[in-house]
Amino acid sequence: MEFKTFVFYFLAVIMVLAALRVITARNPVHAALFLVLTFFNAGGIWLLLQAEFLAITLVMVYVGAVMVLFLFVVMMLDINLDRLREGFWSYLPVGALVGILMLVEMVMVLGGSYFGLEAMPAPPAAADTYSNTRELGRVLYTDYVYPFELASLVLLVAMVAAVALTLRKRKGLKYIQPSEQVAVKREGRVELVKMQAEKED
Amino acid sequence: MEAMLQPVADLFGAAWPAVWTLVKIVAIIAPLMICVAYLTLAERKVIGFMQVRIGPNRVGPWGLLQPIADGVKLLFKEIIVPSGANKGLFILGPILAIAPSLAAWAVVPFDDGLVLADVNAGLLFLLAITSMEVYGVIVAGWASNSKYPFLGSMRAAAQMVSYEVSMGFALICVLLISSSLNLTDIVMSQNDGRFADMGLGVLSWNWIPLFPMFVVYVISGIAETNRAPFDVVEGEAEVVAGHMVEYSGMTFALFFLAEYANMILVSILTSILFLGGWLSPVGFLPDGFHWLALKTAFILLLFLWARATFPRFRYDHIMRLGWKVFIPVTLVWLFVVTVWMMSPLSIWS
Repeated sequence: MEFKTFVFYFLAVIMVLAALRVITARNPVHAALFLVLTFFNAGGIWLLLQAEFLAITLVMVYVGAVMVLFLFVVMMLDINLDRLREGFWSYLPVGALVGILMLVEMVMVLGGSYFGLEAMPAPPAAADTYSNTRELGRVLYTDYVYPFELASLVLLVAMVAAVALTLRKRKGLKYIQPSEQVAVKREGRVELVKMQAEKED
Repeated sequence: MEAMLQPVADLFGAAWPAVWTLVKIVAIIAPLMICVAYLTLAERKVIGFMQVRIGPNRVGPWGLLQPIADGVKLLFKEIIVPSGANKGLFILGPILAIAPSLAAWAVVPFDDGLVLADVNAGLLFLLAITSMEVYGVIVAGWASNSKYPFLGSMRAAAQMVSYEVSMGFALICVLLISSSLNLTDIVMSQNDGRFADMGLGVLSWNWIPLFPMFVVYVISGIAETNRAPFDVVEGEAEVVAGHMVEYSGMTFALFFLAEYANMILVSILTSILFLGGWLSPVGFLPDGFHWLALKTAFILLLFLWARATFPRFRYDHIMRLGWKVFIPVTLVWLFVVTVWMMSPLSIWS
């Protein structure tokens, strides 16, 4: 077996097992950490495909930022396993239906003739100077600049909407404004008064 | 070198690349660990001198064996796992803390060509790996099943994610002007320009055109490694020792090692990205690793100096500094640099 094949199976096995544990782990924090492991191994597989930019971005964005905030939320939860399992049977039919639908669709796409080696031959080997990052950047900012900007706009709208939905202004709150505190000068707080010494006579 | 090693290579056969890489890894990690040990001594000595004390001076001449004594003490201490803790994650926490801080060294160049993995996307790799450092802290804090560690880890998560943003923008400016993600190329790109030709390399390094980014990067680096004055994560007045409250012996030592290895990493990266790496500041002196070591030592001194000088920041002030000061500054300077590059006044063509 070639070394690369060995690495692929190594990463793939860990990834599939970790993905399984995501849905079977009882503790949500464990599940989130297994999801991190899954992302990490997916990044490794992408590295094998010489897509280093995508692989590193996956680790940076999902492992480094998204999952940290996810864990942040999950860790604050009051984990009550009985309450979590309460709705299991009532949700099962819907979940099973969605799962079966996804399975059928995946079989239809992957099992069809579109994904065969004849329809999609392996790309020619890249030159030594080929840089995945540079190529992706060039394409993203020239050929696909409008879709790219549109996507960023959609994200911006989502961000503003999330803030607007959760923003609540309550009256009578005593905020601390760090910027005002930082801007305080000595003259505003302390006044030195000159006065004569008092004497008893 | 290659020819000399050929007999050894034949001995190992197909496993030789793996063995040779392992040897190189040990050659990086072992000196790094010694540096970490002596950085703790240097810290105590420097802060001692700044406070007109002597610092450790009992173990060995001038206290030079103090780090070894500390290490041996920590090795022999008992590791106590709290009964309410999540045992697996409790042990995993320190490992997750130290693994990324060692893995990041794979792409750090020490001299021209002297690097473990000379990858194209070195800077991206560093960003990705350093963004994983926070996991050790949050996993440790949660698994301890105790109030103060949890509060400390929540602080760490928020602080490290915030300062990563400004650090990332500072790095974007660097890669813009050197038009490469490879750390060796970034150093070599600081070697040309009018001043470098005149033999004054120190003026052609990135720290002058990117001065605001340089300042932001160093300060964010201090915040990212949770060092004073940004050490609210382990601020003893508020949360005892943060995520490390329940840890003892070697598990505690791993957090300690990770923190100091990260300090050295941030310092060496600052030297590489902004201070010309191994390049000599003046033309008549040869380039070499000693310059990189000197620059790194200087940035490390800044870390210790800041710790001895400033009182601890309040938490909301830290957040304000990160989001409301650093990110606008980096965004503005990113804009300035892009306009500068496209204008006829560009010095990078």
